[in-house]
Amino acid sequence: MTANGNKPKFAMYWAASCGGCEIAVLNIHEKILDVDANFDVVFWPVAMDAKYKDVEAMEDDSILLTLFNGGIRNEENEHIAKLMRRKSKILVAFGSCACEGCIPGLANLSPVGDIVQTAFNTLTTDNPNQIYPRTSYDVPEGELQIPKLAPILRTLDQVVDVDYYMPGCPPESHQIAAVVDLVIKVVKGEAELPPKGAVIGVGDSTVCDECPRARNVKTIKYFKRIQDIAPVDPDLCLLEQGIPCNGPATRSGCDARCPGVGAQCIGCYGPAEGVVDYGARLITAFASVIDANEPEEIDRILDGIPDPAGQMYRFSLAGSQLKANRNAWAKEKA
Amino acid sequence: MNNNDTFEPTIIGFTCNWCSYRAADLAGTARMKYPHNIRLIRLMCSGRLDPTFVFKALANGADGVMITGCHPGECHYLEQNYKALRRFHLMRRTMKGLGIEPERVKLVWASAAEGRKFATEVGNFVEEIRSLGPLNWGMSNGRSSLDGGPTTIEPAPDLKEVPA
Repeated sequence: MTANGNKPKFAMYWAASCGGCEIAVLNIHEKILDVDANFDVVFWPVAMDAKYKDVEAMEDDSILLTLFNGGIRNEENEHIAKLMRRKSKILVAFGSCACEGCIPGLANLSPVGDIVQTAFNTLTTDNPNQIYPRTSYDVPEGELQIPKLAPILRTLDQVVDVDYYMPGCPPESHQIAAVVDLVIKVVKGEAELPPKGAVIGVGDSTVCDECPRARNVKTIKYFKRIQDIAPVDPDLCLLEQGIPCNGPATRSGCDARCPGVGAQCIGCYGPAEGVVDYGARLITAFASVIDANEPEEIDRILDGIPDPAGQMYRFSLAGSQLKANRNAWAKEKA
Repeated sequence: MNNNDTFEPTIIGFTCNWCSYRAADLAGTARMKYPHNIRLIRLMCSGRLDPTFVFKALANGADGVMITGCHPGECHYLEQNYKALRRFHLMRRTMKGLGIEPERVKLVWASAAEGRKFATEVGNFVEEIRSLGPLNWGMSNGRSSLDGGPTTIEPAPDLKEVPA
């Protein structure tokens, strides 16, 4: 990664995320050399050594492209999100966490206190001295600080202005490669950027439209976990087989990878084009295909979905309209 | 939940064009009094009710949502009210997972002739919500923990006798 003042600058940052997005970027194989050939990588904590103060010293808008993955869980995430916004011309919410909260966003179902308890004081945790993290600690050399957790995880666009969204957990590498190609063309003046706020590196339909499985009129008498159905028909729509597959609400762009290999879609590409609230759309989809008109029968069928909030908002809770469980911020008051 | 006596719930009501809206209309023309806490939104059918509307109402300041439609078997669009029924069930289960009392959403069937029933059900629902207390979604600590905070819904105007 050579420094070159003439090349446009590129940055990538991870906030509350797992690191899978970075691996997906590296998975574009030799295309990564194009990134290096066309960009000066100035800040990418997972790949190179850089300090926050180096970024703070840069001029505003001096970074052309920043891919920001991860949700905003603590003070540090928020600080860097605002910093990268200031320093970047194009800020992309990269990956499901930054776009709609993803799995880290499921922590919005619990108050912060419960999260810390679960992490440091449950049967499976060996913590005999009951040591808990604290946000500041005095040592002989001075005061040490760690960032404070926010009551709930927020998506990137709930904290700063975002130019583009690129969903996926992680975004598919061929989609990343296509976006890299596009940006390079834009830099060379051969292409134009999509309109601000666009969702990039995706299809404009649902996973069902890319799914190779046969679809018929759906009449569902039960919902079951996929492991409880044997054998699973390899060619028939999973939802028709009673497996809660999130395809109908999920944006296309992944080539229906999961249903293609026999696993139900869990919704990592986020809400389909035009969908405001992912879970609401999925409720609509599931409820429409249940084959029952009596309340008792409907309830019996719905018992097959043991965790409706988790099923409907597995990847989209933080970015949904309700955003969190009521307890997640109610207990913060105490 | 304190101050329930003085708490005036904000309720969003969805009516279908063919039955329950006409029930509300009948209640109006017959000058039946019912609480003014409900703001009605007319849809063509209860089957048009996207759960997005319900969650949006709750996230933006409503304390309860009442969904109304034609009686089972009498839907103008044959069977769309059954879809509303099934959505209602799944919606309530999802709301429970998000810490919202499922009772904040109610489903009522009312035919065009049931103005009295409509008015009574609205009155009952207002009292049910009053006893549950305000929802105040995302408004703890006297501020919103969420982005921008909810947009406040204008308080209901004082009840006035409107000439028919």
